[in-house]
Amino acid sequence: MLTHDDALEAQITQWRSWLRRRPAIRDADVEELEGHLRDLVTDLRAAGLAADEAFLVAVKRLGDLDAVSREFAREHSERLWKQLVMAKDADGKASGSPLREGTVVIALAAAAAAAIKLPELFGYPQIGSGDGFFDSGTFYFPNVSFFVLPFLAGYFAWKRRLDRVGCVRLALIFATAAVAINALPFTAGGHTQTLAALHLPIALWLAVGIAYSGGRWFDGSRRMDFVRFSGELFIYYVLMALGGGVLTGFTAVSFAAIGADVEWFAQQWMLPCGAMGAVIVGAWLVEAKQSVVENMAPVLTRLFTPLFAAALLALLVTMAWTGSGIDMEREVLIGFDLLLAVVLGLLLYAISARDMQAPPGAFDALQLLLVACALVVDAVALSAIAGRISEFGLSPNRAAALGENLVLLVNLSWSAWLYARFLAGRGPFSALERWQTAYLPVYAVWAAFVVVAFPPLFGFV
Amino acid sequence: MDISKDLVAASAAPLVLAILADGDSYGYAIIKRVGELSGGHLRWTDGMLYPVLHRLERLGYVEARWAKSESGRRRRYYRITKAGQAHLEAQRRQWQVVDATLREIWMAASSLPVEWPPLPHRRAEAAC
Repeated sequence: MLTHDDALEAQITQWRSWLRRRPAIRDADVEELEGHLRDLVTDLRAAGLAADEAFLVAVKRLGDLDAVSREFAREHSERLWKQLVMAKDADGKASGSPLREGTVVIALAAAAAAAIKLPELFGYPQIGSGDGFFDSGTFYFPNVSFFVLPFLAGYFAWKRRLDRVGCVRLALIFATAAVAINALPFTAGGHTQTLAALHLPIALWLAVGIAYSGGRWFDGSRRMDFVRFSGELFIYYVLMALGGGVLTGFTAVSFAAIGADVEWFAQQWMLPCGAMGAVIVGAWLVEAKQSVVENMAPVLTRLFTPLFAAALLALLVTMAWTGSGIDMEREVLIGFDLLLAVVLGLLLYAISARDMQAPPGAFDALQLLLVACALVVDAVALSAIAGRISEFGLSPNRAAALGENLVLLVNLSWSAWLYARFLAGRGPFSALERWQTAYLPVYAVWAAFVVVAFPPLFGFV
Repeated sequence: MDISKDLVAASAAPLVLAILADGDSYGYAIIKRVGELSGGHLRWTDGMLYPVLHRLERLGYVEARWAKSESGRRRRYYRITKAGQAHLEAQRRQWQVVDATLREIWMAASSLPVEWPPLPHRRAEAAC
């Protein structure tokens, strides 16, 4: 009898090691499934089966490991969100051959690169011909989204096989935005135009998100995937920009060595075309890469959360110690908006990579401390700003900065509340994730509001 | 009689919640209970239950905790939350509407002269 049990244990151990190899199944899940298997074996043996028979039947009942692990992957997409969970359908077939996808990506990247040069054919000044990248007239800056984001959305629409209604909806969003930004009677180079140009990409990023989610934008986990995608794309883009800079510098220096001036080429072709094409290529890399840079955004988050918390804490202590308030310069408000955005980013990427079922830990407490510090600092800043606004009135820049501040403040305050509840053991962590994914459209709506409503509200100055 | 895959998938969450509404339980016991209640007709692949439980947990409908079982092993027990009860109630009403509608149709159909075999005996086409 003992030998039977030993054999059974050996079989269970083997089965467990099989299960452990699945990236979507964590140790805790293995333990839970193993408990199930053992209960099943016990019952089957009580019903008269021999140990090995009971084991075989129990394994069969638990189901095909591939199918089970796929279900786990679908539920816990944070564990392997880019390991082709979305690219494969239920039958395990990839949605398209890699070669075909490569061709599509290259075509779209080339199209984006060509798009930025297209306006020149219609008599607009050459891009890169002014002092800076965006100084070539007031056309490129507001419209820069349209040279690349439609292609990016198109890539995902193709990849996710978005239905016709979804495609038409996306096209309508882009068309409406293009009309709004170009048809409104802005004062050229005025405040409202600059604000609109800055906010338009944020609003249109939502359209990319809709394409990314393949029309299932209301699915919270798809939104979280999109957040992860955005972070990884940003990191890839920065890396590619660094590489591009090295390439440009090398080209310029080496051609200068043989007496040829290629600066015009670098500024008017390499830089703008590369900047556009890199977005598409970056998106493809994030989609297709096989854990080359495994979830960089969460790693950076882990690194910088303690540092930012320490910096903010030091700022608060210094402010309390010296009793000095915040000197409300013009740029300071924007600075505080950026601070809140960074804190929110740290929070968002920490959430995106966190195991939902893990109990509260020290890092969670640190995360809450960071958010709390940011809230206190921002409250001090807001009170100073309120004074300034009551003194000098509401300019478009101040209104935009204030609105952003409120949007971020609401998010962070409620996040802090949910975090505190979670740490106190009175709420699930998933409430925090749901809050963040539900809040995503707010950013886009506010950005769209700045684009469309601010110009008439402030007389197009 | 096999229940079709789609129907099994759709009924999984309300079934689990309904069983947990009767008292805390764990995966294996839930499966057993479903088997008993359905007279063995509703068979899940056992492993598929856990992603469902984890989803319900993420949505805040159930809470889980590890506790020692009578065999001494750790076991994950699930409990329905307030939100889960509300969701279950909403699901119950939806299923009742579906059920009532189907009954109406089948009552009407059975009173007509029919050339095909009576509906309840036709096999679901989507059966796996």
